[in-house]
This record gives sequence, C-alpha cells and structure tokens, in this order.
Amino acid sequence: MSETRTVPKPSAGWGKNLLGWIDERFPLTKLWKSQVSEYYAPINFNFWYFFGSLALLVLVNQIVTGIFLAMSYQPNTHLAFGSIQYIMRDVHWGWLLRYMHTTGASLFFVVIYLHMFRGLLYGSYKKPRELLWILGMLIYVCLMAEAFMGYLMPWGQMSYWGAVVITSLFGAIPWIGSHLVIWIRGDFGVSGATLNRFFALHVVAIPLMLVFLVVCHLMALHEVGSNNPDGIEIHENLDENGKPVDGVPFHPYYTVKDLFGVGIFLIIFAIIVFYAPTLKGIFIDPINYKPANFLQTPPDIHPLWYFTPYYAILRSFPNKLFGVTTFMLAIVVLFFLPWIDRHPIKSVRYRAPFYRILLLAFAATFLFLGYIGMQPATLFWQKVGLRMAEIYFLFFVTAWTYARSPSKLRLLVTFALSLAVILWIDWRFYLPSIAALIWWTLLIPLCYLILFYLVPLLWPGGMRDRTVPTRVTLR
Amino acid sequence: MNLPPEPQVNAKPEIANEPIDRERRRFLITATSVVGAIGVASAAVPFIGSMNPSRKAVAAGSPVDIDISKIRPAELITVLWRHKPAWVLRRTPEQLAVLPEIDPSLKDPHNRQPQQPPGMAKGVYDYWRSIEKEYLVLIGICTHLGCIPDYVPKPGGSLGPSWKGGFHCPCHGSMYDLAGRVLKGSPAPLNLPVPPYYYISPSVVRVGALNKKGLEENWAPAIW
Repeated sequence: MSETRTVPKPSAGWGKNLLGWIDERFPLTKLWKSQVSEYYAPINFNFWYFFGSLALLVLVNQIVTGIFLAMSYQPNTHLAFGSIQYIMRDVHWGWLLRYMHTTGASLFFVVIYLHMFRGLLYGSYKKPRELLWILGMLIYVCLMAEAFMGYLMPWGQMSYWGAVVITSLFGAIPWIGSHLVIWIRGDFGVSGATLNRFFALHVVAIPLMLVFLVVCHLMALHEVGSNNPDGIEIHENLDENGKPVDGVPFHPYYTVKDLFGVGIFLIIFAIIVFYAPTLKGIFIDPINYKPANFLQTPPDIHPLWYFTPYYAILRSFPNKLFGVTTFMLAIVVLFFLPWIDRHPIKSVRYRAPFYRILLLAFAATFLFLGYIGMQPATLFWQKVGLRMAEIYFLFFVTAWTYARSPSKLRLLVTFALSLAVILWIDWRFYLPSIAALIWWTLLIPLCYLILFYLVPLLWPGGMRDRTVPTRVTLR
Repeated sequence: MNLPPEPQVNAKPEIANEPIDRERRRFLITATSVVGAIGVASAAVPFIGSMNPSRKAVAAGSPVDIDISKIRPAELITVLWRHKPAWVLRRTPEQLAVLPEIDPSLKDPHNRQPQQPPGMAKGVYDYWRSIEKEYLVLIGICTHLGCIPDYVPKPGGSLGPSWKGGFHCPCHGSMYDLAGRVLKGSPAPLNLPVPPYYYISPSVVRVGALNKKGLEENWAPAIW
C-alpha cells in the first residue's frame, strides 16, 4: 500500500494559485464543472424553461428583503400593525423593501405555477423524475405555509381572520381537532402567541427547510438530467467523448439565456413595485389596512389570489369535514401525478389531441377555481365551485384512463362511474330550495365527461398519439 | 523530498482476528436504536409542550362576569371571553315561539352533538338551549371556519321567505336559528357552542365556569 500523496507545492502567489489552494481543500472547481460548466442540458429549451431559475431569483429576493424587514418589524399584537406603517413611512427605503417582499411573494407563486405547468406540459414528472417532482411539490407546500404565516405578520383584519379560518381547518380532524387548534395557536384564539410563533416559523424554520429542499431538488435534477419540450432523454444518445449529442453545457449557454429571462422578469417586477404594488387589491388586500379586530369579521374573508383555487374547493361543500378533506386531497393528489399519468410518451407535443385538450381544460379549471375563490360565498358560486372542483379531480381520473390506451368499454365504464359519484354528491347534499341550481350546473361536469369519454368513441383518431422523434427538434 | 520512514505498526490488531459475532452486533444495533428513539421522543416533549397555551394565556382565559339586567328585549350583547365573543341575547316570547317550528329544517334540533357542556341545567339541552329561557348565552363563533355570525332577527329579507330570524355567517353563509342551532344547507356542521356558565345572582352570569368551584372551565366543544 504505497499510496503516493501529492505534496502541496510551495505557492507562487496568492492571486494566481488561490483556486488551486482551495481546490486541494474543497472541491470548488469540481463542483463548478459537474454542476454548471459541464452539466449538459438539452439544446431545445424554450420559454417555459425560464421559470426554474426565476424561482431561485425570487427566493433570494424574499430572503434578502425579509432579513431587512425583520430589522424593523415587531412581532407583537400591540406593535405589529404600527411597525408596518413605521417601515412604510419612517424607515429609509422601507416602502421599497416591503413592496419588494409583497410583490415577490405573489410573483413567487406566478413563477412556481408556470414552472409546474411546464412539468405537466412536457411530462417532467415521469420516470426517472418522480422524486424530482415530489421534492418540487414539497417545496410548493412549504411555500404555501411560508406565505400563509407571512400573511399574519401585518396583523390587519384579513391577516387575522385568514389565520382564524385556516387554523380552524385543523378542528375538522375527529377527536383531536379542538385540542390541536389550541396547540397550534398557543392560546384559546388567534392571539399574540400565534403571531409570535408564526414569526419564528416564517423567518427561521420554513426558510431553512425551503433552502434545504431547493438544494435537494437541484441535486435530484442534476442526477437525472433535465427534461425538454420533446420529452426525449438526451443522455441516451452520446457522442464519442461521452457527451450528449443534443446537449450543451449549462454555462455559458443557459446562464446567458436565463439572464435574458431575468431582465424581462425584473422589468415586470419593477413596474408592479413602483406603479401598482397592491395590484388593485390582488397582491395586497385593502381590508388588511385595518388593524385586526377580534370582534368584527370582515364582510367577506378570502385568502390572497394564490390560494383561492383551493379555497374555492374548500367552501364548495356544505359540510366542514367534506370540504377540508377535499381541499387536502386537491394538493395531495398532485404528489401522485407520476403514478397517475403513466403514459410512456412524456411531452404533450406527441400526445393524442384529446390529451392536449384535457391539459388545457385542467389549466382553465385551475384558473377559474381561483376566480371563484375570490367571489363572495353565495350559493351560486358555491355550486359552480363544486362543479369546477369535480372537474379538477376528473382531470386525474381522465389522465389515468388515457395513460393506458383505453378500450371503448373502459371509456364507457369510467364515464358511468364518474357520473355516479357526481350524482351521489348531489344526492348527499340535495336541498329542494336549490334544485334548479344543482340541475343546471350539472351540465358542467356532464359536458366535460361527454367530451372526454363519449366523443373519443366517435372520433378514434383523436386518441392516437404521434410518433416521438429520436432526436430533439428545434423550432 | 525525503519523507521520514513510516512507523511499523501491526497490520491487524489482535481483536480483528476474532470472528464477528453477528447476533451480538444485531442486538447492540437494535438496543441502541430503541434507546436512541426513546431519547429523541422524550427530548421532543418540552418543545411540543412549549407551544401549548402559556400559564399567562390560561390565566387570561379565566371566567368573566356579565351583567344582564340592562339588556332590552331582542337585544344582543357581546363580551370577550378567551378571544371569543360571548353573546347574551334576551329573547322575546315571539322569538321563542318560532323555535319549535324550525325543528325539521335543522341539522341537530335535539342537541345530540356535544356543543354544550355536560352537567348544566336541563334547559340547555332543550330546544331553547339556555338555563333561563329568556336569556340565551352562546359563543358567537361559526362552527364552519370560525367567523362571527351576524345577528339577523328580522324574518324574511335577503335570506329568503323561510328565514325566521337567527344568526347568519357572512363568510360562507352558514345559518343558525335563535337558539344557535344550525340550519340544513349550511357549510357549518354543528350548532353554535354554549359555553360553561352559571348565574352568580339573578342579574349576573359568569361565563367560563359551571359553578362556584370553577369546574369544567377547560371544557371544549367538538368545534368552536
């Protein structure tokens, strides 16, 4: 065992050999090469591939502005609301820091939703990227917790009542529910104890988890390699040097491309921060300019826009346990997407026309649910919300069905079973006073089911996939 | 460069020649894991416990006394108890008369769900849900998602011809009658909770305790 150890050469000068000095002690160049300058990404990335790096940029923005806001903010029920006004008026540049933080929060969700939709478009959750998708979903859930707790910080009316509504969701859990709610709030109602612990979680615990999960997400990505708009594995086609034929090093090719995206993004970000920081009440709710009041519920409680699709699902059932379960299920089901849609073709470009319509319908459903969640809780919106919630879940049923090139019988059976479940829900919550509303809104899921289960029987061509090319395509 | 000669060491220490006792190794790994897991679980207790309401929060949640002598008929007063609005409503004979008629359109007309503490006066478990029939004492927290319902005593109006007066939640439209019983078609699953309370004199109600001993003050309904 005569292992020769490299003896460090006497250094010729700090500036020249600093990198060498570091490399002998820390794998800096090795990391840079393996993760950036020799990480091969497919050549055909398009518009949709901006959002991963933009999400990273917004995360940095949130952390940096958050640190400086925390220097002037007071997590105390008597001082919190006033300290926000202090930041806005008396702290130098405080208004800018706060608007960058609030705008960043909303744009974080814009970027993440587009990033997730990219995954849906090109099947980026499919084998071998299942774990990459799950890590991404964990980031999304952490982000929702982070945004929800951050929203309590200004201690305005909507902050307070939003926290009351969402923490009381845990009360729906049988047996332990009411005790769990008290434990989460740290008091018999949402109070100073709640504000203080939400502050701790918002600025320490969840950001740490977020950063850890983002690192895991990137490590998983670099292990399996990036997907692309054609859904072809570039690592299966290597040249004589062992490099992917259809790949280019991430740096400088995609760092430069992403910088262009960053430029466009920052223009939009700046326009909102400087000219429309509340975005007509969508990014900052006007009701939140009133301090929290234990004894007065605002006329209409709703969360900020990024939660409204789930909020619409939550309140579409006239039954608390049903509503809460469905709301949880709407998020949990996304974790299982890699095993729901097991169709061998990844990219929507080569999937059958019906699947392409299905995916568009899903995106439209999500957006419309978001709109419904912002409306007042009238019976009309409640019932339309129920119908859109049904369609939301039908996407997963249909994706599951389409993934196995279904026979005519299978389409008919799934059609009948889905309709039976929908009618069972109507029967379960039937009230004579809203019979008309129930019947005409039934048309929404009925049309959906007819389009995706009966029309394919008449037009089998619409169920035929296209041939996937062997090389990536450039358009 | 000349390196000093490596010192001669015994390549394999004596103990390495002994055969590996796999049985013993498995036992030690299991025992260490179990003891370690118990240690981690025990260490979690103070962290989880610290998130429970503090002694100060519990003290601030002690019973409150409400003077009911100045309430006019059909008037509702609100007093804060444990960050929750405690209501006292003085009901008129007409308001009380409609209560039995509403029974068929209620989710839980006979108070079967534990939305009132056990061991109170009989009236609390009857359709009027209070010790003294005239004075209704409730916690004004919607059992759906915790908003405060509005007191809408006027029959009819925007809530439709079947509305006989009661409480309407502005958040998600839950409806309750004038005894806090939830109407069918509401997202709220349960009746408005009756807090533990008793009369310390004919004109003063103490909310938060069932009797002078202060028993059951930490009782919680299925849903606040």
